[in-house]
Amino acid sequence: MDNKDEPKDSAVNRRAFIAGAATGAAVVLAQQASVASAQETAKPVVEPSVQVNTRPASDYMVDVFKSFGMEYMFSMCASSFIGIHESVLNYAGNKNPEAIACTHEEISVAMANGYAKIEGKPVLVCAHATVGVQHAVMAVYDAWCDRVPVYLVLGNTNDAAQRNGDVYWVHSAQDPAALIRDMTKWDDNPASITHFAESAARAYKIAMTPPYGPVALVVDDHMQDEPVPNNLRVPKVAVPTPPSGDSGAVAEIAKLLVAAENPTIVAGRAARTPAGTQLLVELAEALQANVVDTRQRMNFPNRHPLAGGNAASADVVLALEPGDISNLTRAARRRNAQVISVSSGHLFQRSNYQDFMRYAEVDLAVAADAEATLPALIEEIKRQTTAARREAFRQRGDKLATAHAAAFERTKNEAANGWDASPVSTARLSMELWAQLKNEDWSYVTGWVNWPMRLWDMTKHYQYIGRAGGEGVGYHAPASVGAALANKKHGRISVSIQPDGDLMVAPGALWTAARHQIPILMVMQNNRAYHQEVMWFQREALSRGRGVERTQTGFGLGGPDIDFAKLAASMGVGSSGPITDPKDLAAAIKRGLAVVKRGEPYLIDVVTQPR
Amino acid sequence: MTGNIDMKHWLIAMVLLACGLSTDAQQTPSTHKPSSAHGREVFLKLGCFACHGTVGQGGAGAVLAPNTIPLAAFQTWVRNGTPGWSVTSGMPAWSPRILSDDDLVDVREYLATLPAPKAAKDIPQLNN
Repeated sequence: MDNKDEPKDSAVNRRAFIAGAATGAAVVLAQQASVASAQETAKPVVEPSVQVNTRPASDYMVDVFKSFGMEYMFSMCASSFIGIHESVLNYAGNKNPEAIACTHEEISVAMANGYAKIEGKPVLVCAHATVGVQHAVMAVYDAWCDRVPVYLVLGNTNDAAQRNGDVYWVHSAQDPAALIRDMTKWDDNPASITHFAESAARAYKIAMTPPYGPVALVVDDHMQDEPVPNNLRVPKVAVPTPPSGDSGAVAEIAKLLVAAENPTIVAGRAARTPAGTQLLVELAEALQANVVDTRQRMNFPNRHPLAGGNAASADVVLALEPGDISNLTRAARRRNAQVISVSSGHLFQRSNYQDFMRYAEVDLAVAADAEATLPALIEEIKRQTTAARREAFRQRGDKLATAHAAAFERTKNEAANGWDASPVSTARLSMELWAQLKNEDWSYVTGWVNWPMRLWDMTKHYQYIGRAGGEGVGYHAPASVGAALANKKHGRISVSIQPDGDLMVAPGALWTAARHQIPILMVMQNNRAYHQEVMWFQREALSRGRGVERTQTGFGLGGPDIDFAKLAASMGVGSSGPITDPKDLAAAIKRGLAVVKRGEPYLIDVVTQPR
Repeated sequence: MTGNIDMKHWLIAMVLLACGLSTDAQQTPSTHKPSSAHGREVFLKLGCFACHGTVGQGGAGAVLAPNTIPLAAFQTWVRNGTPGWSVTSGMPAWSPRILSDDDLVDVREYLATLPAPKAAKDIPQLNN
């Protein structure tokens, strides 16, 4: 990120001094003599420890990260963590973690977000503690709102006496994590290598304990060069088991659900792991209750007969890791229905950013991880279900299945509307993709378009991972590349429907995909506008009795039209388009999938309807 | 979702009509001859397609075609709008200063004369 010139005075001398100390045990005597000469003129601010050895602390730090099972390091290079970067490349052999080059810190963090939602664990993200973090903030916010474990290491020059020159000063902070403290679960700025070891382990445990979330560790750049104390070992990390609802609460929930005539399950971020999807199916089938999946994750198979409907007529609603359910609870109160909430969100919240949503008046709140609570709840429901209730459930299930089938047919009819239109309808785009994906092992890694969730056959956790938690523009492209990297080793075909405005925020993600051979088929939803804002502008102007013909100014992305195929090609990504005739889609998708199956990214620019 | 919005707008338009909320266009006999071609121009120029799609297929806003609602209901709906706090939950009211009565008639004519789409059952990609 930064472009410091060659460091001078004490900073360079200190690095040279330590390097000299390290090479003192080496056999390259000529180099040693040269560095020793530098030592003679150096006046290090900090005297070397008597424990100086040939192993810099950053090697040890990489060992710690490796112990977490971190497969990758996403970063835009910067001098403040160059010790760690060097250790990843030369000490660890660029494996576990493997360095992935990013062109912006927002890309690094959003990629880590997408990766974690597929793989269920964080990668290492390194960033400069000032200018790097300032770039990264929005992506950190997305991860925070979306409960995604992101592990940030922020390079900083803590010691003012080590900052030589203007750039060092403007690139240093007293409290670098302050900028993101309201959107991280925990941070620290360790003062020693031993302190680093403990805080690194603590950070990992906190990030991986539900509710998941981002953590940040500030690492002094000079500490990275310090020698590792000989007796320092990598700490053991036991990630805590997620909290489940207590037996009394579980029994009460089961009692309410079994007695209910029309229970509804609302699933937000309920399926935290692949097992969560299966557990939700078991729960729904045990009750023969409909599941409203609000699609922050792939919680419930969309073609399951119990999928869909709403909670409008429910007498008991079970909300599992929900988002905003305040409307639902107000409506429930009016009809004397009961609402139960099971959420790890009850356990941990921060004050500043308002992602906790409006206060919801639930009847029973269980502070627990929903997925961890489901096995006991399913067993308790089965235990309490009598033969008579089982028959009532069966009849209810039959009605729900009929309603589901009818709704599915209605959705198909909606999709048929505008099928041959140009610009291409988003339904046509989605279903042309589906026609060629349905027999593959696929993962819809991102997109605003909701037709896939309505009409594709989604059964697995990795087939959909939700959108940007903070709804920030600039998430989709990098998060989809990060998710595709996670899918790569599993041999899955990653597909995204990429919004045009979003890609313009962080197009460098395309280069990262090409540079690291990350297979993903990006199909543009190119509506040539910040479409949501177009609609808001129309609404605003009309409410004031004024014209709506100026929407292209500030809201449009046409004039000149952006050639996304050329943009991709310029960064080494195969591409085609722009496609305006829907009849051309199938052939382009076929070409694109062939490239993706070779292990490369491919972009198809499609000029689409607004939505 | 779009189907629900379509039905909702239909019902609201009917209620508004029943309540006597109407437009000048309804009260003043017009000699204007509807023009589908001009209606398409207006539909695109004023950005109606942003919510409803270029062929009225729906999107953030209601499905307007096929089965376009009758002219009087259409006029009432456009002139009065429907309540809703967001761009996906309501229709802003369009005044005659922005969309003239004749243009409104033409927009409705454009939508009502669009060819019917294929049936879903006849589209292989929708039957996988």
